[in-house]
Amino acid sequence: MKVVLSIMLLGAVSLLGAGQVIATEGPRASTAAPPLSLIDRALADLSSGDQARQDAAVNVLIERGDSSLLPKLEEIRDGADRSVRLAIKPLIDLLKNRTNLASPDADRRRSAAADLGSSGKPVVMPWLEAALSGEPNRWVRYTIEESLALIRLASDNPDEKINAAAKLGELRSQNAVPALKELLQQAGGTDATDQQKALANAARAAIERIDIWASWANAFETIFRGISLSSILLIMSLGLAIVFGLMGVINMAHGELMMIGAYATFVTQECFKAYLPAGLFDYYFLAAMPIAFCIVALCGLILEATVIRFLYGRPLETMLATWGVSLVLIQAARVYFGDLTSVVAPSWLSGGAQVMVGVYLPYNRLFIIVLSILCVAGIYFLLFRTGVGLRVRAVMQNRDMSSCLGIPTRKVDAYTFAFGSGLAGLAGCALTLIGNVEPGLGQNYIVDSFMVVVTGGVGKLMGTIVASLGIGGLNKFLEPSFGAVYGKVLILVLVILFLQRRPSGLFTIKGRHADA
Amino acid sequence: MKPINESDKTDLVKEAVETTMAAEPGSSRREFLTQSGRVVAGAGVAALLGNLGGWALSYAADKEPIKIGILHSLSGTMAISEVSLKDVVLMAVEEINAKGGVMGRKIQPVVVDPASNWDLFAEKAKQLLLVDKVAVVFGCWTSVSRKSVLPVFEKNNGLLFYPVQYEGEECSHNVFYTGAAVNQQAVPAVEYLMSKEGGGHKKFYLLGTDYVYPRTTNKILRAMLLAKKVPAANIAEEYTPFHHQDYQTIVGKIKKFSAGGGGCVLSTINGDSNVPFYKEFANQGLRAEDAPIMAFSVAEDELRGMDTTALVGHLAAWNYYQSVDTPQNKKFVADFKAYCKKSNLPDGERRVTDDPIEAAYFGVHIWKQAVEKAGSIEVDKVRKAVYGSEFLAPGGKIKMDEANHHTNKPVLIGEILKDGQFKIVSRSKGLVKPEPWSEYTSPDKGCDWIKHQGTYQKK
Repeated sequence: MKVVLSIMLLGAVSLLGAGQVIATEGPRASTAAPPLSLIDRALADLSSGDQARQDAAVNVLIERGDSSLLPKLEEIRDGADRSVRLAIKPLIDLLKNRTNLASPDADRRRSAAADLGSSGKPVVMPWLEAALSGEPNRWVRYTIEESLALIRLASDNPDEKINAAAKLGELRSQNAVPALKELLQQAGGTDATDQQKALANAARAAIERIDIWASWANAFETIFRGISLSSILLIMSLGLAIVFGLMGVINMAHGELMMIGAYATFVTQECFKAYLPAGLFDYYFLAAMPIAFCIVALCGLILEATVIRFLYGRPLETMLATWGVSLVLIQAARVYFGDLTSVVAPSWLSGGAQVMVGVYLPYNRLFIIVLSILCVAGIYFLLFRTGVGLRVRAVMQNRDMSSCLGIPTRKVDAYTFAFGSGLAGLAGCALTLIGNVEPGLGQNYIVDSFMVVVTGGVGKLMGTIVASLGIGGLNKFLEPSFGAVYGKVLILVLVILFLQRRPSGLFTIKGRHADA
Repeated sequence: MKPINESDKTDLVKEAVETTMAAEPGSSRREFLTQSGRVVAGAGVAALLGNLGGWALSYAADKEPIKIGILHSLSGTMAISEVSLKDVVLMAVEEINAKGGVMGRKIQPVVVDPASNWDLFAEKAKQLLLVDKVAVVFGCWTSVSRKSVLPVFEKNNGLLFYPVQYEGEECSHNVFYTGAAVNQQAVPAVEYLMSKEGGGHKKFYLLGTDYVYPRTTNKILRAMLLAKKVPAANIAEEYTPFHHQDYQTIVGKIKKFSAGGGGCVLSTINGDSNVPFYKEFANQGLRAEDAPIMAFSVAEDELRGMDTTALVGHLAAWNYYQSVDTPQNKKFVADFKAYCKKSNLPDGERRVTDDPIEAAYFGVHIWKQAVEKAGSIEVDKVRKAVYGSEFLAPGGKIKMDEANHHTNKPVLIGEILKDGQFKIVSRSKGLVKPEPWSEYTSPDKGCDWIKHQGTYQKK
């Protein structure tokens, strides 16, 4: 019953479709396109239920069809049963990808080329070759060549296969490794022919080239990952290095200040969405950074004036009080914002740059690396090249003496704390590029931040920088072999052992002000 | 003390409290005012305690209301997921009460907050069963919270409806599992990925957060893949700590693993790690076509708080989606949105439904049907009445199992769309029978409370 129905439906569709094709194809119909009846018949055969006729129809449609068939095919698929759907899907994919090869978007051209390559159908080769000649983008060209070679590798012609294997080795194509290994295995048996052996040699050489390349690429990627993680740790810890390191305030709410920074970014984004033209949306992040810094600095100022001011020199009370503040802030964010918050990375920060075969550097991570370097430079400038910085350092080293010399220590405390908090806000803003925005965000990072500052040596900015590089790098170095869970455990153990040997961290303040 | 007269009605609650405190016998008129003042004060307090419905008014009914417990975290890390379940249970209660209640008695929900803390779960469960003496409890999300209340329910012969998909290997007399067992979610999802329709995948990367649900699920999936002749080299397994944020290395590994095609990721990553994972996946140039991620813990309710750009085209396996096209689902979704708006819940009309929300909802109705069939709220009688009962749930008809306390449900594979909804790409034929003990890891065990005493050894 179903079959009869679908054939009837098909008849109707193809009648309708025929008119359309004539209208759209125009002059091409007379030269390139086959007689319409052929395509129509194939379309009808698709749902005939007879396997052989179905396959033949698919082949006809792949060879003769083009994207104008897509709407009709989709229609057939929607109404058809499972076996027909299965038969049509690859056909639709091929035709779609063929259209996408001419897309103005390089990413789409590239994924179309990759999909056509993995379809393994020799029929797509002319399409790929045609696309290759006019392709301006280096990486799209690479993918097309790779796809062509992969299809040739699967062909029946032994010479072509050997050439394809060499080409794939030259391309350092990781995608080709499974196919090449299969060739090796085929030649492994005792009854292997000379031809197979020659092929195996070519495959072995190619695999070797690919493997050497892969290990270099891997080393490069590991270093990049280490630097990226380090930059994230650094940007998180900078604020804490000032608040905890320089001022000695154990601020358990530091993570929540980051959370406020993240929410400030979210609110900025929503304002851009609501009040400014859509074209400006991509720039919201540039506005969000100073906004997050200022809002969180203001929060820090309030926190200092209402809580921390009364607790200087009493670390335990400070810790408990700020922990309480952190709980209040978390629940407040949960009540006020709910959980419907997501920050969309601007388009210029999503995706990644491909620097060599198989190696992508995500833009968001590159951005955070640059941002953390700028922050460090800014802090150094502020602390060591300006009058304000001189006063801050003076107060932190000897409060009483500074006070005697007429430095308003109360004010300096407040400003320093606000500055440290502002840095936390900036970190929170940057972290929206990596993770999500939620009330508990700060909790994920606070332990790591303290670990970095303590390992680096309390009171030394240089220590924080070196410690974040060390911990980030070590983490990424250990993770591939130990896994994420044990990698983290191992890092903690190493940090504890290190602090056993050097309780005051990597860099210590020397001289008589170094207490402890 | 101020005398009370009619003109003071606006201040009645305050006055009533003062009058009560005076506790002095007076005229009958004053007594009447005191009484009504008490009722009004009671109603005020109830409203303050939050959404306890009109229980104060129900005292006016002839029969005592039936108390039910709601045991979902309303604060702490799990609140994000569990609050929605509390909301939908209250909605179901309101629906039932509006139609005259159960056996002519109203339902009176008792809401407690175990605050995402497993010890508190056991404590609150004890309170519900022994102090409030509730007839049934709807609650729990995480497996560890369920495990911690289990002894309480078993010792006191309570009844728990548990609405979330879980790892199985459990067969309690005192729990009805309305979520999926592993064979109703993860196993069919892998079968789909291996099928021609699902892309004929050959390499499987099992990635999860490090706790009991992913570990057990992956143990079963690994056994299943090996049984289906997938070579061990084509299976990778990896875990990350809770709240893990840095997925660079793992995505790098997946890229290498899936090179050459045929790879896919089976993700049991939980909660806030999902966003960094999907973002990193997209940023390192991997696409859903290269290696689709099949997720077992990502549903509409989680997606509404995420930037979905990086997730589009990836897959999930559930028994229900908001996009299921049935008349009763359209009504359910509209009702839930209207309820959230009416009750002034956060996000109001923008709320969505998902699989656990649906399972929590039909759990209440299954219980109501069973009570009416049994003509009693006694746990032993209700339990018998639940066996084999059917209900037209929003996602389609479901059936409680005849013997093993789980639910026969359909299995749906969905593809994530830009708006955080799912396009259903595959559905099971009919209902899938639940297997608390997986045929792959525990072929010798079964769960049956009719012919056996719960978990038994098959011969």
